[in-house]
Amino acid sequence: MAGTDHGANQPVSAEEEAGTAQRMRYGLSLFAVYLLIYGGFVLLNTFAPDRVEATPLFGVNLAILYGFFLIIAAFVLALTYGWLCRKR
Amino acid sequence: MLYEFNLNAVFVFGLIVAVTLWISFYLGRQAKSASGFFAAGGGIHWFVNGVAFAGDYLSAASFLGICGMIAFYGYDGFLYSIGYLAGWIVALFVVAEPLKRLGKYTFADALDAQFDSRGIKLMAAIATLVVSVFYLIPQMVGAGALVTPLFGLPHWVGVSMVGAIVVLIVVSAGMVSTTYVQFLKGSLLVVFSAVLTLMILARGFTVDDDPSSIEPQVVTVEADGDRLVNGVPQGRGTGETDLRPVGSVSKLPGGAKETGPVGPLEFFRVLQDSEVVLWKSETETNPDGSTVTTYSPQPTPGSEVLRPGNHPAFKGIRSDKFLDKLNFLSLMLALFCGTASLPHILIRYYTVKDQASARKSTIVGIGSIGFFYVLTLYLGLGAMTSGAMDVTNSNMAAPLLARSFNEWLFAIISAIAFTTVLGTVSGLIVASSGAVVHDLMSNFLKIEMHDSNKVRVAKIASVVVGVIAIVLGILFEKMNVNYLVGWAFSIAASANLPSLVMLLFWKGTTKQGITAAILVGMVSSLGWILLSADTFAKVYGYSAEDAAAAAVVPFSQPGIVTIPLGFLTLIVVSLLTKSRAPQAA
Repeated sequence: MAGTDHGANQPVSAEEEAGTAQRMRYGLSLFAVYLLIYGGFVLLNTFAPDRVEATPLFGVNLAILYGFFLIIAAFVLALTYGWLCRKR
Repeated sequence: MLYEFNLNAVFVFGLIVAVTLWISFYLGRQAKSASGFFAAGGGIHWFVNGVAFAGDYLSAASFLGICGMIAFYGYDGFLYSIGYLAGWIVALFVVAEPLKRLGKYTFADALDAQFDSRGIKLMAAIATLVVSVFYLIPQMVGAGALVTPLFGLPHWVGVSMVGAIVVLIVVSAGMVSTTYVQFLKGSLLVVFSAVLTLMILARGFTVDDDPSSIEPQVVTVEADGDRLVNGVPQGRGTGETDLRPVGSVSKLPGGAKETGPVGPLEFFRVLQDSEVVLWKSETETNPDGSTVTTYSPQPTPGSEVLRPGNHPAFKGIRSDKFLDKLNFLSLMLALFCGTASLPHILIRYYTVKDQASARKSTIVGIGSIGFFYVLTLYLGLGAMTSGAMDVTNSNMAAPLLARSFNEWLFAIISAIAFTTVLGTVSGLIVASSGAVVHDLMSNFLKIEMHDSNKVRVAKIASVVVGVIAIVLGILFEKMNVNYLVGWAFSIAASANLPSLVMLLFWKGTTKQGITAAILVGMVSSLGWILLSADTFAKVYGYSAEDAAAAAVVPFSQPGIVTIPLGFLTLIVVSLLTKSRAPQAA
């Protein structure tokens, strides 16, 4: 473990700034994707709660399937973001 | 339900506490500077930090509260799991790297990086303290709920023990020891939850056809505090009786008596077509001051257990009233926005060396936390059908589930749950002491302090916050721990997120705008909560009908009003002060 202090506001190069802006674009795009999925789940539960009782796959209801999908999707999108940002 | 002194549990608990204290004192020398104390010198490896994120975040609310809520009401507790995890998307994609780039020790550093405003420092520090205190309460309540069965000691003793141990951890090595305690806790929690889930699946379901398992139970608490169960003094001696453990399957598909081992999806499929016994409680207060609580069995189709809308907090989903639905929307919005606004989570971005490490550690955190939240549904439903639950205490569902397998597993899970509290509370105390010393004393009041003085004062602040946490943990004993965390998320999201987001994405943001947004977001969300029907019922002790009549706000969850209000305040105040203030870069 290092014991060195680390501060904020270090000077950044133009290349670093471009990388930061690119990563922010990736982040916001993936955020928008997840927001749609999450928003769909919340709105479905709010305004059509009976729909999530349906069992479309494996005899498991939509409430559970969608919930698991949200958790797995979060991890997949996080990995995608990590991969996109690996050289930036 | 009475609990017996459990020597195995005491042994495992003692072992884990000894390891955490050893880690703390061993690492103590690395926290001599302010940088070491508040941010572990920025030298934590990203993987360790990622697992520590899980250790920090998976609090008593996640483990005890969610499992308890699922065990008592079914699917609804899983909505919290989903919301808590979704919030990490905001943290990773929006907040993580800028926060690391802009800040140093605290969340206020990042907000104030471009302004050097005392107003921002003050408001951010107050918001940190308010959110941390709201988050501390459920952790301490959870600690008390655990110590009762472990040691047979009263609630207040458990709360005090946790407070004392956590203060020792923080005082010895600040963020360094906190990080490694959280790493240990996060690892143990995820691994043993997976083990417990495998055991649940291997056991499958068995019908409990003992008629006594569905007989109502009545608990009377006399005015002098004596407790009666079904009219007989509660105890284990002659002439005494105790509550029966509950939680059973009353019917399986096809009239089967047991299923044998089930697969991960088969688990839900079988439960969907089964019938489960849930328990409903009703409390009456007599003129002589005694209270009588009747617990009645409610055989419920599995398909209803696995759908949302059973818990009182989520009843609005199935209501025809739009305001009731808004309450649910508001909670899910607060959970989504709250994670990236929690001060004790945000300061973990300062413990790694650079933005890439901040990003990678968040991804590890999302993987660990997401995996755990998937398991919560198995743990909660496993507890619901374990025949081991305490009908009076939902917070004990997960440890009692473990007890339904064997006493050693109970000991291990209880001890892990205890470290769950230790890890989260230590993070909260570091965040609070940072707010007091770095933001308030050093930056706002401009009190000159040498580095070593800063660390010393931070340790004193940690002790004070620890004592406050103990007192609040004792006062709020009866609250479901998960419910209280929902409040902390609402306040954090309303007070902190608007400023964080607008600072990053709107160049017109001014320091007055940020200061006003934090103030308005915090006061409005806190005020909304204190004037809500839920608070009137659960904190002020009103009956449900009286609470609904007394409530000033139309629904209990503030986020859907107060988060946009924070954004609006920032925009309006920034526009009004634009010409007189330096702008964000």
